Amino acid sequence: MNKKQRRWRNRIIVALVIFAVVLVVEETGVLATLFGTPGDVYASFVLFLIPYLIAGYKTLLEAARNIRRGDPFDEAFLMSVASLGAFAMVFFPETDPHMAEGAAVMLFYQVGELFQSYAVGQSRKSIAAMMDIAPDYANVEKDGTLVQVDPAEVAPGTTIVVKPGERVPIDGIVVEGASQLDTAALTGESIPRHVKPGADVISGCVNMTGMLHIRTTKPFGESTVSRILELVENASEKKARTENFITRFARIYTPAVTLSALALAVIPPLAGMGAWSDWVLRGLTFLVVSCPCALVISVPLSFFGGIGGASRLGILVKGSNYLELLAHVDTVVFDKTGTLTSGTFNVVAIHPEAGVDPDYVLSNAAYAEAFSDHPIAVSVRAAYSGKIDQARISEVSEESGHGVSARVDEHVILVGNDKLMAQHGATWHDCDLAGTILHVSVDGAYVGHIVIADVVKEDAKAAIHDLHAAGVKRCVMLTGDRSDVAQAVAEQLGIDEVRAQLLPQDKVDVVERLFAGEKDGARLAFVGDGINDAPVLTRADVGIAMGAMGSDAAIEAADVVLMDDRPSKIAQAMRVARKTMRIVWQNIIFALGVKVAILALAAVGIAGMWLAVFGDVGVAMIAILNAMRCMRIEKN
Amino acid sequence: MRKTFRLDEIDCANCARKLQDSLAKLDGVEAVSVNFMTQKLTLSAADDRFDDVLNSVVALTAKIEPDCEIIR
Repeated sequence: MNKKQRRWRNRIIVALVIFAVVLVVEETGVLATLFGTPGDVYASFVLFLIPYLIAGYKTLLEAARNIRRGDPFDEAFLMSVASLGAFAMVFFPETDPHMAEGAAVMLFYQVGELFQSYAVGQSRKSIAAMMDIAPDYANVEKDGTLVQVDPAEVAPGTTIVVKPGERVPIDGIVVEGASQLDTAALTGESIPRHVKPGADVISGCVNMTGMLHIRTTKPFGESTVSRILELVENASEKKARTENFITRFARIYTPAVTLSALALAVIPPLAGMGAWSDWVLRGLTFLVVSCPCALVISVPLSFFGGIGGASRLGILVKGSNYLELLAHVDTVVFDKTGTLTSGTFNVVAIHPEAGVDPDYVLSNAAYAEAFSDHPIAVSVRAAYSGKIDQARISEVSEESGHGVSARVDEHVILVGNDKLMAQHGATWHDCDLAGTILHVSVDGAYVGHIVIADVVKEDAKAAIHDLHAAGVKRCVMLTGDRSDVAQAVAEQLGIDEVRAQLLPQDKVDVVERLFAGEKDGARLAFVGDGINDAPVLTRADVGIAMGAMGSDAAIEAADVVLMDDRPSKIAQAMRVARKTMRIVWQNIIFALGVKVAILALAAVGIAGMWLAVFGDVGVAMIAILNAMRCMRIEKN
Repeated sequence: MRKTFRLDEIDCANCARKLQDSLAKLDGVEAVSVNFMTQKLTLSAADDRFDDVLNSVVALTAKIEPDCEIIR
């Protein structure tokens, strides 16, 4: 509790004690013997006024201020009118006195408000703590000694020193030293990352083992850590539909209830249906229970908690509205490269001719491709474990789009596709594996082929499975690959639909057509790696960018940003979204249900003020506690 | 210019909304948002008038929410 809350709490405790004493004094009949009748009623009126004012004077002042400004309808107003009304019942001496109820309404209202303020402060603090990834200083070497400076003052290109245990303050490149980096605060990933000179490091990671010298590549304000904090802080400004609905609802609801309370207090007695005091009391009870604070506070708190919880998993949601949309997604469209596959090529199989050693095929291919920068050549060289002696290679020529030919020692080697083989008269045969096929011939004789494919990410299959389990009906994969390659990947992963052989500019059209097939209320999410897909990310209901650490364009264009590149995070994000929405609706239905029930009971005179106080404060407390569950997240 | 200030403290979501609606009507305020969850006030105003506008924002806040202080 902060200072203000502690003072508030003390005031409430003092008021509660006085209230209890007065209640006992009144019940035991001491007042009657001292002041006689009806003097005892006026005495208890004055005595109950003491705790009432101690606890509630601020609320009364606020209500008065609001009335003066012409904007009276809020909780303070409702509570002031109800409790003052209960005290005013003293003017109906023929009824039981209701001063105790009046004071109780105000006291419990204050207890509820304090609890609310404490609970919200608590969730704010715990979210702030997990977003506490902003370092306070950077170490810069000056005249041989390390000086701590404000990270905002470090210019790009400066060399900073990060000691073990410290956070990396600014994005940069390691120039000296090696260490393990803990990236959990950014990505939720618990396995540390090993870095050595030349590696990119991202601000917000914790340096675990060795001293690192880092040359900064960005100013502090544009570093990952600053961008993330900005994003999460702005998230609560984009309101979900449910949230706006509740705000609008409260705006109509409060005046409506006040008017019906007035009608309830005035019309029946005018019509001769009973005593004034009875109906006025029912009207006041109506006012107490009608307070909408349980909803007004718990709905935004739920979204805030959901966004906070997701960010702890390395999932940044840019607003409550996106969290809400994400819960309703039934179609997920993947741009294959960078999301389901890692975007790097790997040798997946070597098929030598009968009697040929697979290593012989690979080594010849690696030698022939020794001077090429093509991703395929790079992957062949990466698969070859031996050293390449470049002195043995001569007469290299690239045959664009077909492959390469080279002379290694005294042998002529051809590496390329079927057209290259056909041109040189080698008899090749096809492969049943999907992927890019690299045929190899030595001195005109076919020795075998190498199959190269884009590598599917480890958790891609589990990710698709989880999405289906989370209620996604269609997973669609977009790719520029050949149909058969795409089909093979789709079958392996359990993807429902494939759109293959797409050019980059076709993606928007395809997503547009998928939209046309969507039912009302169902949402479409697009998952991309943030490279060249900004238009589609923007067009989709929810644009999800992954592997976004350090990619500004992706962070800008997407609605949901996954800090690491594991597709399984998408299902996790959906689960957080669904849970948040479930809690939001639980609270709305619970709070309104209890209130409507008590309102009905109050109107017919069964529910008294005590029950009404529970209807207000109790429901608000339960709703807040329920909302705080949104912050808790499953770790796996 | 756009600047963000911490609030100490705004008690409820409804109060935040009311405060925001009133501040938005002030002369010179281009955009203002009062965020209850993060306890932050974000104000946009012309560069050359920013301090004046901020002063009137602080004054009006003190009138509407005497318990709420804008920390500059």
